[in-house]
Amino acid sequence: MKVEEAKVLPAKLRQARSPLELIGQLWAWLFLLLLLIIFSITGQGFFSLLNFQNIGANMAIVMIMALGQTFVIISGGIDLSTGYVMGLATVVAALVMTNLGADWPLIAVALLGIAASAVAGLVPGFINGTIIARLKVPPFIVTLGMLGIARGIGFIFSGGQPVSIQTKGLGQIGNGYLLYYHPDTGLSFFNLPQGLRQEQLREVTSILPHPLTIMIVLVLICHWILSRTRFGQHTYAVGGNQEAALRAGIPVASHTIKVYMLAALLAGLAGVLYSFRFTNGAANAGDALLLDSIAAVVIGGASLFGGEGTIVGTLIGALIIAVIQNGLVILGINPFWQFVAIGVVIILTVLIDQAKARVLK
Amino acid sequence: MTTDRQPILQLKEVSKRFGGLIAVNQVSLEIYPGEVVGLLGDNGAGKSTLIKLISGVYQSDGGQMFYQGKETHFSSPKDARQQGIETIYQDLALCENLDASANIFLGREPVRRTLGLFNQVNREYMLTESKQVLDQLDIQIPNLRRPIRQMSGGQRQAVSIARAVYWKARLMIMDEPTAALGVPEQRKVLQLVKTLQERGVPVLLISHNMSDVFAVADRVIVMRRGRKAGELVTAKTNANEVVSLMVGADQTQTESPHN
Repeated sequence: MKVEEAKVLPAKLRQARSPLELIGQLWAWLFLLLLLIIFSITGQGFFSLLNFQNIGANMAIVMIMALGQTFVIISGGIDLSTGYVMGLATVVAALVMTNLGADWPLIAVALLGIAASAVAGLVPGFINGTIIARLKVPPFIVTLGMLGIARGIGFIFSGGQPVSIQTKGLGQIGNGYLLYYHPDTGLSFFNLPQGLRQEQLREVTSILPHPLTIMIVLVLICHWILSRTRFGQHTYAVGGNQEAALRAGIPVASHTIKVYMLAALLAGLAGVLYSFRFTNGAANAGDALLLDSIAAVVIGGASLFGGEGTIVGTLIGALIIAVIQNGLVILGINPFWQFVAIGVVIILTVLIDQAKARVLK
Repeated sequence: MTTDRQPILQLKEVSKRFGGLIAVNQVSLEIYPGEVVGLLGDNGAGKSTLIKLISGVYQSDGGQMFYQGKETHFSSPKDARQQGIETIYQDLALCENLDASANIFLGREPVRRTLGLFNQVNREYMLTESKQVLDQLDIQIPNLRRPIRQMSGGQRQAVSIARAVYWKARLMIMDEPTAALGVPEQRKVLQLVKTLQERGVPVLLISHNMSDVFAVADRVIVMRRGRKAGELVTAKTNANEVVSLMVGADQTQTESPHN
């Protein structure tokens, strides 16, 4: 009898949702769908595999930064330093990979670049988390300070100039595709099919740009961590009621440190991806991306007071931003309108959220 | 009290001072299994300090505490909780953004292996276990997946109690559980206190509300200015007697040192 009860339970629980609540949860999806329809009708070449993959590849770096920010914001904090930590990571990765040069096999150079950028992220993340959790300094202040420190160190390491990566073949990691398809040769992985003539190359369909693939993998991992593990559950608990989490025996301080380390690690990985994609490292590479990544999290339904938010929400938020940017470019609209449009969406999100809260109370 | 049963908790002349102020002054009390004891007193009488001594928030300056027959000293609230003393505070200590089962298992989430590698929170287990303990206590929460934020004050109170019961509380301390609740909800919470009693879990109930205490408590302990002003069996007393102890009108009883 107990087993039966257990089986019936989830189905019973799911149904008791009001339609308003559903709209509140689904509006971001609907908005994204609306954008896709509008741009598909009005924008020449918007609705195509090539363009969709472009959107995916272009949003990857911001999205990876937004993944870490999602954890931080759900835990009730904010990390303003991820933009310049990402920039610092591009510089460190570029310096390491350039200095290793041609003496090392490509794969080793790439892996060491990734390791270097991870360290460049984890160190500031650990410092952020420790000061916030142990010394009880507000995250806004600590990460604002770390923003300046990472920015300065990034420029000092790079001598104020972008560091270009000379190692051959690294650009392929940031700009290649997972699959190539040609009607004559079939599928091939990682590299263009061999022995195609110039005019045949145009018939090749490229599928899954590497940045998009990397982003998808990281999104899946982060989604699993946040929604299925104790780490994720504790992140929600700490953001919901720190005192209650503490009384329930959750190690709040060390958890907070881990959250900031995770955010900075992901910023570091976003940085090395940038280095692969643009074959250079620049201290200010992430400057403009920080606000986009926070916007993605907020549009995705996370509360800046903590306790609310999902990875799927953040993904939708990042998609909305990326689609607006891409669609407006295709329509030939002055690019400065992008900022206006995204700003409007952020404010709209918060308004909808408040209305939802009123209805549910 | 003369009982052949062993008290689950016994305090012997426990004191706590903050600088010059003696917040708890040589208080002795016993709580037996299956008993509801009311703790009454005016503001500043030392009720809160006394329960904080029991729940490990404060450490006493003098006297002894015996828990389940052994002399005990709780170094922290966590220490006390691990040994079965659950305190339900006024502010409830629930995560309002999480649902009832997540709160019941807060910090002690069960995990199961997936793909032989990764530990994943076992939500089905949490839900069925939560449902079971809520059913046992006759608590109705229609949708277990709703966050606590969307629940009434009484339901929140019930979740806190269910959490304590699920983790096998040996002694429950409830600090003003009916404050800030509507009348029907107050009744429900008092009913839960009765249910706990039937299950053999003793409850130490702190309240301002005399009728609450008279409704559920077997005994009342009245505090005044840090001292135990008196101890009365609820069936053999009335509100007047309790109030006079609280305000110290009855000189003979207030002056006589207890025990």
